[in-house]
Amino acid sequence: MIVRLDSEKCQGHNRCYALAPELFDVDDLGQALVIGDGSVPLDLEDKARLAEANCPEFAITIDDAAG
Amino acid sequence: MTSTGDGHAQPAGIYGPVEDWANDIDHVDPAYNRRAPEIWAELRAAGCPVAHTDRYGGMWAPLTHELVREVAYDTERFTSRAVVVSTSTILAEAPIGGAPPITSDPPFHQLARRLLLPPFAPKQIEPWEAEVRVLCRQLLDAIGEVVPGETVIDAAVQYAQDIPVVVIARMLGFPLEDSELFRGFVHDALESVNVEPAVREAGFQRLDAYIDGQIADHVTTPRDDLTSYLLDVELDGQKLSPEHVRGSVVLLLIAGIDTTWSAIGSSLWHLAHHPEDRRRLVAEPELMPTAIEEFLRAYAPVTMARLVTKDHDFHGCSMKTDDWVLLPFPAANRDPELFDRADEVVIDRAENRHAAFGLGIHRCLGSNLARLELRVAVEEFLARFPEFELADPDAVVWSTGQIRGPRRLPVRIG
Repeated sequence: MIVRLDSEKCQGHNRCYALAPELFDVDDLGQALVIGDGSVPLDLEDKARLAEANCPEFAITIDDAAG
Repeated sequence: MTSTGDGHAQPAGIYGPVEDWANDIDHVDPAYNRRAPEIWAELRAAGCPVAHTDRYGGMWAPLTHELVREVAYDTERFTSRAVVVSTSTILAEAPIGGAPPITSDPPFHQLARRLLLPPFAPKQIEPWEAEVRVLCRQLLDAIGEVVPGETVIDAAVQYAQDIPVVVIARMLGFPLEDSELFRGFVHDALESVNVEPAVREAGFQRLDAYIDGQIADHVTTPRDDLTSYLLDVELDGQKLSPEHVRGSVVLLLIAGIDTTWSAIGSSLWHLAHHPEDRRRLVAEPELMPTAIEEFLRAYAPVTMARLVTKDHDFHGCSMKTDDWVLLPFPAANRDPELFDRADEVVIDRAENRHAAFGLGIHRCLGSNLARLELRVAVEEFLARFPEFELADPDAVVWSTGQIRGPRRLPVRIG
C-alpha cells in the first residue's frame, strides 16, 4: 500500500497527522507531508485508511496495488 | 430594546420572524439556531438544496456538502470581502479587507495567511495544553461547593465562555480583565447583525478604538505576543500597514472566542441530555478523539458567508452581484449523502470527513487551538462532574447569527 497526498488540496486540517503520525508529518505552516516515500507497513494500513477517510479536503489517496 | 440570550441589550431587529424557511430563510431569527438541524432536514426533505431570502439585500443558503464545498472552493464567483451577513454594506478596501486573511481573496490572501499560520501550527499549539488545563480547573474550582443532585450551574456562563477569551487575550497580550469587553465586541460583530446599519457601524468603531489603544501600547512596549509579532513581521520586505495589523488583530480576537465557546457549550449540552454517551466517555476515555470530532461535526458552530462577484446561474439559482451566500458548514456536516446516520451523534464514528473548520483556502486558522481547548474543556468538566443533566431544557438559550451554540446552559450536577 502507498499513501499519497495532494499538497494543492491540503489546507492543513491536521487530521492525518493526528490519526497516523507514523505516516504523516506537518511543516511549520501546518501543512501535511507524507513521511518517506509513502509506503505503508502492513500494521499501519488501517491508520492509513483512517487518515484518508477523515481528510475534509479529499487530499489523501491510497494505492492498494502499489508497494 | 430587547434583551438577547447572551444578556446584551439589542435594538429590535429590522426583519421579523421567518415563516417560510425555503423562500425566506434568516439565520438571525432566534428560531434558526434553536432548531437548525430540523430546519435543514425539513428543507432537504422538501427538495430544497438552496434556500433563499430577499432579506439583507438578497441571500442564498446552500445546504448540501457538495454545494457548500463548491462555493467555498470558488473564489472567483464568491468573494470573502465580507464574511458576516448584515444590514451594513460598508466594506474595507480590497484586497486586505477588514480582517485579513479571512476577508482577503487570492492572491493577497495567501500572503497574509502565511504570516499567521506558523504561530497556529500544530507543534506551536501543543505546548498550550498544560495552560488550558490549569485554566479549566480554575474555572471549575471557582464554581465552589456543589451539592450533588441540587446544585445548578450555568456551564456556558461559568465555564465555556471564559476558556477561549483568556487564551486569546494571553496570546495577543491583551489585559485579561477586559474579557467582558471582548465578549461585547464579539456580540457586536457577530450577533448584532439584524439592526440599523448605523448601530452596527458604531459597534465596529468601539472595537477599532480599543484595538488601536492596545496596538499603541505594544508599539511603545513590545513584548513576546502575537500583537508585537504582527507589528514586527514583514511582507515583501515591508512592515504591515496599520490597517493590516489592526484587521488581523480584530480577526484573532473575534474569531476565536464565541466559536470555541459555542463548541464547548454544545458538546456539554449534548452530554447533559445523553447520559449513555456521557457515561461511555467517562468509562472509555480513549474514545475522546473520535467523540470530539463527532461533536465538531454534529454541532459545528461556524457558518461563514461570501458575496457574489458577478451575476451567474448556480444550479438553477439566479445569483446577482453582491447577493450574500451563506456557507453553512454545520448543514454540510449533516448531509446524509456524505455521512451515515447524519443526524445521530456517534461518539466512536471512525470516518468523519466533517467541515467544521471550513473547506478550501480559508480553513480556520485557529483549528488546532480550538480542538485543543474543546478537548481539554470536555475532559476536565467530565473529570470534575461525571454526572450532570439539563436543569431545564427550556432554559437553554442559543446564540443568534452565524455562530451557533448555547449562551445559557443550566445543568444540575449529579
